[in-house]
Amino acid sequence: MQELIHSLTVAPFMEMGQYPDFLIQVVWEGFVAGILYALIALGFVLIYKASGVFNFAQGIMVVFSALVLIGLHEAGMPAWIALIATIGVMGILAMGIERFVLRKLVNQHDAILLMATIGLTLVLKGAGQLFFGGETKSMISDELGFSSGAYDWEVFDGLVIFQHIDIAAAVIAVLMVIALSLFFSKTRIGRALRAVADDHQAALSVGISLNQIWAIVWFASGIVALVTGIMWGARSDVSFALEIIALKALAVLILGGFTSIAGAIVGGLLVGIGEKLFEVYWGPIFGGGVEAWFAYVLALIFLLFRPQGLFGERIIERV
Amino acid sequence: MQLVKRGALLASVAFIGSLAAPIVQAQDTLYMPSLTYRTGPFAGGGTPFADGYADYFAMINERDGGINGVKIVVEECETAYNAQKGVECYEATKGNGALAYSPLSTGITMALIPKAPVDKIPVFSMGYGLSAAAIGEKFPWTFTYPTSYWNQLSSILKYIDSNGGIEGKKIGYIYLDVGYGNEPIPVLDQLAEQMGFEVAKFPVGVKEMQNQSSQWLNVRKERPDWMIMWGWGAMNPTAVKEAAKIRFPMDRFIGNWWAGSHSDLNPVGEAGTGYLAANFSGIGTQFGALEDVIKHVVDKGESKVASKDTVGNVLYNRGLFNAVILAEAISVAQEMTGKKVINGEDMRLGLENINLTDQRLSELGLADFTGPIKGSCSDHEGAGSIFIQQWNGSDWERITDLIAPMNDVVRPMLEEAADKYVSDKPDWQTQACS
Repeated sequence: MQELIHSLTVAPFMEMGQYPDFLIQVVWEGFVAGILYALIALGFVLIYKASGVFNFAQGIMVVFSALVLIGLHEAGMPAWIALIATIGVMGILAMGIERFVLRKLVNQHDAILLMATIGLTLVLKGAGQLFFGGETKSMISDELGFSSGAYDWEVFDGLVIFQHIDIAAAVIAVLMVIALSLFFSKTRIGRALRAVADDHQAALSVGISLNQIWAIVWFASGIVALVTGIMWGARSDVSFALEIIALKALAVLILGGFTSIAGAIVGGLLVGIGEKLFEVYWGPIFGGGVEAWFAYVLALIFLLFRPQGLFGERIIERV
Repeated sequence: MQLVKRGALLASVAFIGSLAAPIVQAQDTLYMPSLTYRTGPFAGGGTPFADGYADYFAMINERDGGINGVKIVVEECETAYNAQKGVECYEATKGNGALAYSPLSTGITMALIPKAPVDKIPVFSMGYGLSAAAIGEKFPWTFTYPTSYWNQLSSILKYIDSNGGIEGKKIGYIYLDVGYGNEPIPVLDQLAEQMGFEVAKFPVGVKEMQNQSSQWLNVRKERPDWMIMWGWGAMNPTAVKEAAKIRFPMDRFIGNWWAGSHSDLNPVGEAGTGYLAANFSGIGTQFGALEDVIKHVVDKGESKVASKDTVGNVLYNRGLFNAVILAEAISVAQEMTGKKVINGEDMRLGLENINLTDQRLSELGLADFTGPIKGSCSDHEGAGSIFIQQWNGSDWERITDLIAPMNDVVRPMLEEAADKYVSDKPDWQTQACS
């Protein structure tokens, strides 16, 4: 028993102090994973803010957009043209979803909208497999100009390795968050989005088109999915297994709150860094593989003590 | 109205077809259900395997008019590597006169093993599934030719031992944390004790297949001398990329035979140069049987392969080899029973008496494709050998001769495991072998 307490409370910290270079590496890996979780969560937040829909299809949108990009490039398009064309495809997809799915379900119960996004997941999964096959594919990161090398940092008599693609992921994610924040706060459409998020009826009464807003927000979410697909695909290829990782964004959302962009970022980083530290330093006590459940246990603890998340709005309903 | 009419017509045709089809299949054809997964997170491995399997039977039909004049009907049923769907596929197809099932999934195999003796349809899990099924006395209806997971692991350990010795070394074992990846752990632990090496285990959950940085950080921390991988699907390329990222020496990283295909390493490319993997089926199209498949099936546009380049790839050839063994078992069963159209019981007999010698492999157009396989009442594994292949940055190259398993060590363990499996099943059907 004493040994167990020691391995839970003392040994991990001793190890961190003994090999600080390795600790930096673990935190960096967690930071990069967290950034990518945050990007997936961001896609959820955008749609939830504007329409109150929990978009179950966000994970498959990551895979689908990445497959479209690779597929168009394989079909002969130069990488950057394929990227622009993929953005176009995500735009058409957003308009299609608004026109054929959401418009018909206005004023329906949240559960019905959730089911619609589950249906959308199946459609996108089927379409992805039909057009691009089920094989694991390489992201065209070199063609898009991402370097595949690494930067070595010799520190504390050890080595920390920073992959160029991970540095790029972090920079792009930060830029994307800044761009989205500016879009929401400084542009007319952004203000309209916030108005719709606050009160649908009031927004409609001042002439804001709900249909247009929904199409825009699904498009923005599609762009976020594409960026996530490119970055995650560059790290570990593109396959339909990527969709499963998106489920971890659920834990991120519970931590950060469903309506906060800042919450998605902080939640993503908490999950990413937390799970890596826990897996590496405490995982062996549990036989390894703790990363598979760490995020959900953390989310469960948050649900017990702060159900609205770190940045979420506290919902008070009169009965 | 038009749609209603069309629907009614299709329903009528389907109904008449459902009455007629089993009769046709039972009387005139050999029915081989194919449990495939062309969709889902493991489709990258399932698709080429299913293509190779279907194309070999199609070639036999086209070139020879079937096996001894009886055409083979291959019907695919999509499982998406899901055990529940696999069982549904089994239940949906077994009544059509199914001769054998090759589920390509340890989970589905585990679910079908108890059903095989009841429905009298053998399960052929080629090199996967329950290792203890190699013991024919205890598992009369299951076959694992050409080897089992346990014996394969022993061959891999022999390879490591012959490359600098294994005693005193630390072996890392990274595995998909499902039944498949857990299957060889008992033998790994026991051989570690016997051969004097240390084991460090790194489980990878299905949800974490493409998110393995934690596992590889742990590998960096543990500093194993060699890494062995029991991976599948999207887990494999991610693992090799992560290994490259932490600069683990690739020529000290060995995948099992489900972690060494073109689907696994093509996405990795040059970063995976030097990575090793076990294999038991030939690579490439330079074999007579493969040339016939191209001539009679692929070139005629009757294959499902997305590209002709896929033909000859590791998993395509593995699926083809699965069909070769089943076709040979049909042929043996026909000869033993004197019947042209056989049933599941005859097929079991054929599988049990299979004898793929080097000469027979040459006759089949598969000289040097694999090692000989000889089954018997007690040996449902064939104690086959494997070879090691290496990724050169763009393709696989065979780098060793066949490596025999440590059968003297593993067989008693398999027998013990088989005894344990049947011990709490009083009605389990066994057989006595002289």
